[in-house]
Amino acid sequence: MSTTTAAPRTTRRSRDWARRAPLLPALIFTILLTQLPFLATIWYSLRSWNLLRPGSQEFTGLSNYAAILTDRQFLGAAANTVLITASCVLVSMVLGIGLAMLLDRRFLGRGVVRTLLITPFLILPVATALLWKTTMFDPVFGLVGFVLSPFGLGDVDWASSYPVLSVVAALVWQWTPFMMLLILAGLQSQERDVIEAGQVDGANTWQMFAMVTLPHLRRYIELGVLLGAIYVVNTFDTIYMMTQGGPGTASANLPFTIYQRAFLGFDVGQSAAMGVVVVIGTIIVALVALRLIFRAFLSSEEQNA
Amino acid sequence: MRGTDTRDPRAGTPKARRRPVAALATAACGALAMTACAGAGGSGSDSLVVAIVANPQMQDAIALQDHFTEEYPGVDVEFVQLPENEARAKITASVATGGGEFDVVMISNYETAQWAEYGWIENLQPYIDSTDGYQGDDFMPAIRESLSYEGDMYSVPFYGESSFLTYREDLFEEAGLQMPENPTWEEVAGFAAELDDPENGVSGICLRGLPGWGEVMAPLNTVVNTFGGRWYDEEWNARLDDPEFRSAVEFYVDLVREHGQPGAANSGYGGCLSRYSQGNAAMWYDATAMVSSLEDPESSTVVGKNGYTAAPVANTGNSGWLYTWSLAVPATSEHKDEAWDFISWMTDPSYVSLVAEEYGWERVPPGSRASTFEAEGYQEVAGGYADPMREAIEAADPQNPTVDPVPYSGIGFVGIPEFQDMGTRVSQQISAAIAGQISVEEALEQSDQYAREVGDTYQGEDRR
Repeated sequence: MSTTTAAPRTTRRSRDWARRAPLLPALIFTILLTQLPFLATIWYSLRSWNLLRPGSQEFTGLSNYAAILTDRQFLGAAANTVLITASCVLVSMVLGIGLAMLLDRRFLGRGVVRTLLITPFLILPVATALLWKTTMFDPVFGLVGFVLSPFGLGDVDWASSYPVLSVVAALVWQWTPFMMLLILAGLQSQERDVIEAGQVDGANTWQMFAMVTLPHLRRYIELGVLLGAIYVVNTFDTIYMMTQGGPGTASANLPFTIYQRAFLGFDVGQSAAMGVVVVIGTIIVALVALRLIFRAFLSSEEQNA
Repeated sequence: MRGTDTRDPRAGTPKARRRPVAALATAACGALAMTACAGAGGSGSDSLVVAIVANPQMQDAIALQDHFTEEYPGVDVEFVQLPENEARAKITASVATGGGEFDVVMISNYETAQWAEYGWIENLQPYIDSTDGYQGDDFMPAIRESLSYEGDMYSVPFYGESSFLTYREDLFEEAGLQMPENPTWEEVAGFAAELDDPENGVSGICLRGLPGWGEVMAPLNTVVNTFGGRWYDEEWNARLDDPEFRSAVEFYVDLVREHGQPGAANSGYGGCLSRYSQGNAAMWYDATAMVSSLEDPESSTVVGKNGYTAAPVANTGNSGWLYTWSLAVPATSEHKDEAWDFISWMTDPSYVSLVAEEYGWERVPPGSRASTFEAEGYQEVAGGYADPMREAIEAADPQNPTVDPVPYSGIGFVGIPEFQDMGTRVSQQISAAIAGQISVEEALEQSDQYAREVGDTYQGEDRR
């Protein structure tokens, strides 16, 4: 912001403000709506307060943070969050690429197939979780058990024996269409001449995919992973409906754990501290991810230029 | 879903009837901008909103609401019924924040004294004393005591329960075993080892293992108490790593892992009920409320084969818990008199006769009134278990649950506000130990930390 002479500085400043002023109301509104509650959360996280004990409020400094960071349950939920998010995003990305490649060619009934493939993304998440819990995974009348019964896996109670796997399966089903749509957009923006050049050079199908299509898709994949991760980290409804975080805390992730401590345990201090820790962790991850994305976009733009 | 009376199409769907009034109420709220209009069902209307736990006996009450309407034509009742855990969370959140959605709430002896102290619920003693034929003295003394604060009742019991041990008399006879009057846990563990027969799908004993402060913690807490374990000493130091506490938890976890039901970490009261009533367990230690299902030919295959005996003990004279589902009026209610009309109808001696008449004596809400135990019809139906149940309720002493003095009250729970949270977190550790994911040692180490965090906030103040 250092300029040399005084006169241009004032005009530039007024021009800057002319540009900023229309944005100010929105900015102030956003700050009020997001940052004030966050400040209140930080304030609560420094206090010991159980809602069911009026007058129990007192300032305890960082002891809530010490308590949750030595709590096996919280650390387990953090590990589960990473596991569920990573596996869900990766698996649905791989499936999404595969389905997008298939949809990228012309065939009879393509519109119908595409609509059917997008449908899981449009169903309410709560309904999805309920469907998977009962129609698919139920040990007595679930479809999964019925299909697997020839292999002796007919009466496995998936949701309680393999809770994380079950939750991830439902999430993958829900998120694959999202990935597929992104990748499909990427595929359809591929330039014909590049493909023709590859074919002239005698590349086979696999080489075409690995050397030409995949590098072109890189930024779409990164965008999909980033957006998917942001959404899936916050998964609550699927876990609430399918496993209630159980058995024990085997499938609890951070949002569910915070919900339990805040709305079933009424421990305002510790749940606020958990919230703050999660926000900080998310910011760090998002910064790293965004930097990667920007770098990808910048480098590809340089290549295109 | 017993208890929903098909003859009354309105029983299950009070919402449908209420819609015009609710809409009017909403309109009135908008016009008058009344702040009290927040909440489900619109407490701004003239309807009485009753939040209730959806157990069989409560559903009977909902099905019988026409009888209430006949008696009090001016009062319109709307039920919000939820499963136990959800009901507790919703009611607690509403009352603690002064939400005012409900005019009548179903709570228990865990909440009553605490909430009375905070002034969250109404003192019902004046109502009890001024209602003809209500017979407040007829409540079981232990139950009345547990719902009182400074000598006045702040909620009134719908039914009361303790815990005892049921066992299959036929299996004991086959094995040549004899259940003593007051068994010890050691004897019970011996019987469980003898009768455990996994090949034929019969486990030696069924014990809850499902996480939740109202699930695995309830029976486990009675075992801890009778082994002499304490959550806190009188200075509020956490004592979960004491040898007494540890040996109790080890005993419970080992017993259920070795001779208990398969999948124990996921079975709670409901799971054990279905196992035992289908003949898949030789013994079951749990709530006395089990009898209405175990002795019901519609839902049980072991009717008439069961013996009932007192809760097993180790170092104390008795160990049964004391629990009661009761009805209270939040201080924020705007229809306190109508609320009492409803509560008194549902907890009156005449309600018991009404249920007996409509559904039979085995379905009356038991354990809250002495007169119910003494009723001839109930004696006929409940001959096998009425006395053990009554003795267990009378013997329970929530003020002195264990060997040494403690700063809290409660047998199946610890009577402090934080126990909903702490008990649930400890129960998750215990459940993980039952599942074999961690050792009892590790579970108690973590649990002791939870208890210390809570105990710290009590040190330096005397709350007894």
